[in-house]
Amino acid sequence: MENRVTEEPTPEAAVTERAERSANADVLLDLRNISLSFGGVKALSNISFDILTGEIRAIIGPNGAGKSSMLNVINGFYHPQEGEIWFDGKLRGPMKPYQIARQGIARTFQNIALFRGMSTLDNLMTGRITHMHAGIFWQALWKGRAEREELAHRERVERIIDFLEIQSIRKTPVGRLPYGLQKRVELGRALAADSKLLLLDEPMAGMNIEEKEDMCRFILDVHDQFGTTIALIEHDMSVVMDIADRVVVLDYGKKIGDGYPDEIRSNQDVIDAYLGVAHD
Amino acid sequence: MSPVVLNTIEVILNGLMTGVMYSLVALGFVLIFKASGIFNYAQGVLALFAALTLVGFQTGQVPFAHVINATFGTDYHHWGEGMNTVLAILLTMAVMVLLAWLVERLVLRHLVNQEPIILFMATIGLAFFLEGLGDLMWGANIKVLDVGLPSGGSFWWEDVTRTWAAEGTEYWGMYIDVLDVWAAGIAVVLVVVLTLFSQYTETGRALRAVADDHQAALTVGISLRTIWVVVWSIAGFVALVAGIMWGAKSGVQFSLSLIALKALPVLILGGFTSIPGAIVGGLIIGVGEKLFEFAIGPMIGGATENWFAYVLALFFLMFRPQGLFGERIIERV
Ligand SMILES: Nc1ncnc2c1ncn2[C@@H]1O[C@H](COP(=O)(O)OP(=O)(O)OP(=O)(O)O)[C@@H](O)[C@H]1O
Ligand SMILES: [Mg+2]
Repeated sequence: MENRVTEEPTPEAAVTERAERSANADVLLDLRNISLSFGGVKALSNISFDILTGEIRAIIGPNGAGKSSMLNVINGFYHPQEGEIWFDGKLRGPMKPYQIARQGIARTFQNIALFRGMSTLDNLMTGRITHMHAGIFWQALWKGRAEREELAHRERVERIIDFLEIQSIRKTPVGRLPYGLQKRVELGRALAADSKLLLLDEPMAGMNIEEKEDMCRFILDVHDQFGTTIALIEHDMSVVMDIADRVVVLDYGKKIGDGYPDEIRSNQDVIDAYLGVAHD
Repeated sequence: MSPVVLNTIEVILNGLMTGVMYSLVALGFVLIFKASGIFNYAQGVLALFAALTLVGFQTGQVPFAHVINATFGTDYHHWGEGMNTVLAILLTMAVMVLLAWLVERLVLRHLVNQEPIILFMATIGLAFFLEGLGDLMWGANIKVLDVGLPSGGSFWWEDVTRTWAAEGTEYWGMYIDVLDVWAAGIAVVLVVVLTLFSQYTETGRALRAVADDHQAALTVGISLRTIWVVVWSIAGFVALVAGIMWGAKSGVQFSLSLIALKALPVLILGGFTSIPGAIVGGLIIGVGEKLFEFAIGPMIGGATENWFAYVLALFFLMFRPQGLFGERIIERV
């Protein structure tokens, strides 16, 4: 069962602007009737929503709603039992996570998955692996294409380091960094991929106000400067309502809302879910 | 200096040379263990197999000659004069890469996400298989491996050290095998090259990434299968170097695969995931067992080199189970 958000009267101008935007924008990712279960646990039931090119799409919902599972489906860690995934206009067959990464989907994790023994710089360089093509033989000799590639990627990575203001920790093994900075480095590694779609799983969780503001600014800047399409899981409602173009709401593996922030704010099912109203 | 001191120095030097061999085999273990969590029992056999193949190419042996002759009643043994050493080494390396690819394709791929003990058992199987294959392809006789490295005692060193002895003492100089010095030099170059490769190339970074975190590696687009082939190829390369040096010293024979057993105490000392640990551990065991044999051996009937390393490892297991360089193991509750 799907509960569509009922259209609410909104100011004229906003409506036309949005209508234009959705008419012009292509669908980058289209999830159709996705169902995923682990043994008896139904993590996702019959979920459909899409992500338009260039938008910030928030995925929200109470704990255990299936948000992270959804990202894991998108980047190929989980394989849904049912449903179709259309990426960039093509139906996606069964694929390994590394193949999906090469198609242009980068991500961060709720509980940080960095290469802890490696420096910030090296972590970001691994983020560019999908763009490196020199053969291992030339790499070993550090000649020709391999050398040119190393230098070009190094330049790109240095720009991201400047952008995220992490110059001072370039050489530090990331395992030694405080939590907030690790989150930032992980964002940097995902940015380094120059992906078509960026998946962020609670990028601000566990941060103090100041760090949160920084992170928010980075996400918005990335979006503005590079036009990156972003799917974002976040618990902090004020953040979501501020930066998301559209929001999809999950609860107990079901979709209970999908629309613009102001629509979601006034959606009764969503309000109930967040207030913990008993489920039938 | 008194002859006792000079003799001790000689023992230490020889211990270092032996230790280099242990280090090399242990290095192969660590590479594979870091990247895939597999304790590769077959590492020693890989060295044997590489050395056998190299000799085969060098001397122009027909592979599987015995099988072919028995089946078809022919009498092939050699297909010619053999080939130039460099070419033979390159071809052997190609065989090791092919082997790595086959191991991934036929063994590892089917065992992903299995318990470490199952993967370990698989490598025991692989060890027996490779030993049999080596035997079948190249024959079981002991072979001489000559890659053109100089060998024999160094007279120059003997002369130099003789002058170090105190006046009036009888001392004939230190014995050191030139081949050992070469072997140590090559091992150093190998380690430096591997370090540079892993630090400054894309594949090197990918290797470190996989060793660090599989899930994160997949997320940035690294194919674990490709990395496994690369890692096994590098381990094969290290095995080839170890095989060449050991084979040049004591001939290519099936007991070569037993040096793998000495790598175990080396790993316990150095830690299973530490490359510097493998190197230092190998040197400590090499020097330790030679010194022990020299100082204590005669009092307790000698032949202590057979067990010294294992006893030392046992002590380490009791007092520092994570090894010299390994990270402290903290059990999470
Ligand atoms: N690998 C797994 N094996 C078994 N069950 C799983 C697995 N991954 C997720 N689940 C289950 O699926 C459900 C949804 O989990 P998920 O992590 O997607 O929730 P979430 O919305 O991200 O929650 P949170 O806000 O706490 O991060 C939970 O009941 C969880 O226990
Ligand atoms: Mg989650």
